[in-house]
Amino acid sequence: LSTEHTFETKPSLMHRAETEPSATVSLTRDDALKLYRRMQTIRRMETAAGNLYKEKAIRGFCHLYSGQEANCVGMKAALIEGDSVITAYRCHGWTYEMGAAPKEVLAELTGKVSGCARGKGGSMHMYAPNFYGGNGIVGAQCPMGAGIALAHKYNKTGNVCLTLYGDGAANQGQLFEAMNMAALWDLPVIFICENNHYGMGTAVSRSSHNTDYYTRGDLIQGIKVDGMDVLAVREATRWAAEQCRNGNGPVVMETETYRYSGHSMSDPGTSYRTRAEIQEVRQNRDPITSFRDKILGADLVTADELKEMDTEIRKEIDDAVHAAKTDPEIGMEHLSYDIYSDDLGHNMVRGVSPFVQLPHKVTGQAVNRK
Amino acid sequence: AQVTVRDALNGAMDEEMARDERVFLLGEEVAQYDGAYKVSRGLWKKYGDKRVMDTPITESGFAGIAVGAAFAGLRPICEFMTFNFSMQAIDQVINSAAKTFYMSAGLMNVPIVFRGPNGAAAGVAAQHSQCFASWYSSCPGLKVVSPYSSEDARGLLKASIRDPDPVVFLENELMYGTPFEVKDEMLQDRDFVLPLGKAKIERPGKHVTLVAFSRPVGICLEAADLLAAEGIECEVVNLRTVRPLDIDTVLQSVTKTHHCLTVEQGWPQCGIGSEIAARIMESPAFYELDYPVTRLCGADLPMPYAKSLEDASLPTAGDVAAAVKKALNVS
Repeated sequence: LSTEHTFETKPSLMHRAETEPSATVSLTRDDALKLYRRMQTIRRMETAAGNLYKEKAIRGFCHLYSGQEANCVGMKAALIEGDSVITAYRCHGWTYEMGAAPKEVLAELTGKVSGCARGKGGSMHMYAPNFYGGNGIVGAQCPMGAGIALAHKYNKTGNVCLTLYGDGAANQGQLFEAMNMAALWDLPVIFICENNHYGMGTAVSRSSHNTDYYTRGDLIQGIKVDGMDVLAVREATRWAAEQCRNGNGPVVMETETYRYSGHSMSDPGTSYRTRAEIQEVRQNRDPITSFRDKILGADLVTADELKEMDTEIRKEIDDAVHAAKTDPEIGMEHLSYDIYSDDLGHNMVRGVSPFVQLPHKVTGQAVNRK
Repeated sequence: AQVTVRDALNGAMDEEMARDERVFLLGEEVAQYDGAYKVSRGLWKKYGDKRVMDTPITESGFAGIAVGAAFAGLRPICEFMTFNFSMQAIDQVINSAAKTFYMSAGLMNVPIVFRGPNGAAAGVAAQHSQCFASWYSSCPGLKVVSPYSSEDARGLLKASIRDPDPVVFLENELMYGTPFEVKDEMLQDRDFVLPLGKAKIERPGKHVTLVAFSRPVGICLEAADLLAAEGIECEVVNLRTVRPLDIDTVLQSVTKTHHCLTVEQGWPQCGIGSEIAARIMESPAFYELDYPVTRLCGADLPMPYAKSLEDASLPTAGDVAAAVKKALNVS
């Protein structure tokens, strides 16, 4: 087995950039195993989420990340300690990448106390250290990400904030507002458009006059990368983060990717695109299969190793599913807790009638409390 | 000493910025222009670009940036030039700031103050004359504060900036230049904070309770003066905070006076007066009432421009006095 191998990736497209990431990418055996494990875990976790939804164990909305795994896994691999991330509602993969165990993600989806927000946030509202959600309002996370970057600059942390949105949110006015201020103030933010080609059921050509999302920061330098190639994503993110760390931020990055499922669980995802299109991507561009072929072909790993890893992942997810199904929901007293991070004194929280007055209490760690 | 509301607000921000490096001010024209209403006068010169930031005219964007900065541990004061423009950004206030602590089950608190002038101004017509107290106070997770006097402005703004949760701080454009007597010890005390969620009895009385916040507190005090000449003693409750609402102070007063009128400049439907009336109905104090709660509000129409029409759109001391007499059945 080799310990390291060099791959050629598809060159990124650049916009107003003076430098660019190298298309020649080096990968160690350890990283190969790590990246494969993380992408495969997210795939299994999302498949499990889809099944739990069909079993009616998950309520409301549920947006799956399957097909887009190379994005969060590649980006996270490029981050350093203290870098932050904020994304929209398709957040399960990111929550896992930022430190939550699959069990915490799946149990949040089923609304259980062992979930990462103890069942009070659900599918779209998950948090982890340096991970600011999980935001349910399309586009609202874009200025917030610039604000997190502002805090990095203010505190001179040397860190960056990845601010993710989809091709749908790319047309929200507040994204352009945020880009304008981020550029005016040199904020260390990477605006990342995960272009999966459909905002719900609206194809990019029907929503966007300019579908080159990486150019839409106007004077801000941009990069478009193959979002189905975890190595290309990692290199592009490293390059973009480097720009920010050197004071050349912000950056707009577009990843060319694809989602296999519908927009959410209520969408079969076939009225606005063909089954053949989905099939074509699965067969030829799947981020996990293609990476697997690549690392096997380079003798970085063996088929048996990957098979063993798949078995371990399957077991981890099966256990997580079991917990997500059988763990209890949070205690009823928590209904009125954690509305404010400050004591409300004698003030009670009104229930559904004046005869139901509930006590308020702070139970969480409240990260910005002091 | 005599202090204007503007100077009280300015001093409160200045002291809190000096006290806590994480506190910064952003908004339209807050820095080089010295504030559209001069509330931030001198702060940019003193604290520089890093801590007093002029933004483009882009409410949704800079409110979102402020919320993100608060997520990441800073203590932003986000100024809306007027709260009318905060409608461009209300999603960030409600969905991003107010709900996140609960959605994260107590993990991510959002220490931010949204402040600026609110309510009816003079001669600026419907789009620039509206009270948003009832809109924001409807939402759990927010605290909504609205000062009347300079003492209120100083103590409540300092408390709001120190508060670990999102606060909507509703000032009044027409009050900025109004001077009030403030005790010297309050001015000298750099830790002078007033508790959020606690009302103040501005004037004790035994015949009728008048409940108000912001500028209408002055209208109530004026009405109380008029009525005192006729032997009617009004108790004037200055709410100071509309969420959490200090209903206990109102109920105690009503239990004593057996009459209650609410006075505000916002619209009648779903107003703060409506809420107070409902809370009284839901409490034993209801049985203490000798006359139904009377709401005095802004008229139920968009604010007209013409002066005579504008004047008729807002409750005056005369309106309050007349309503009190009706409630007490005196002529």
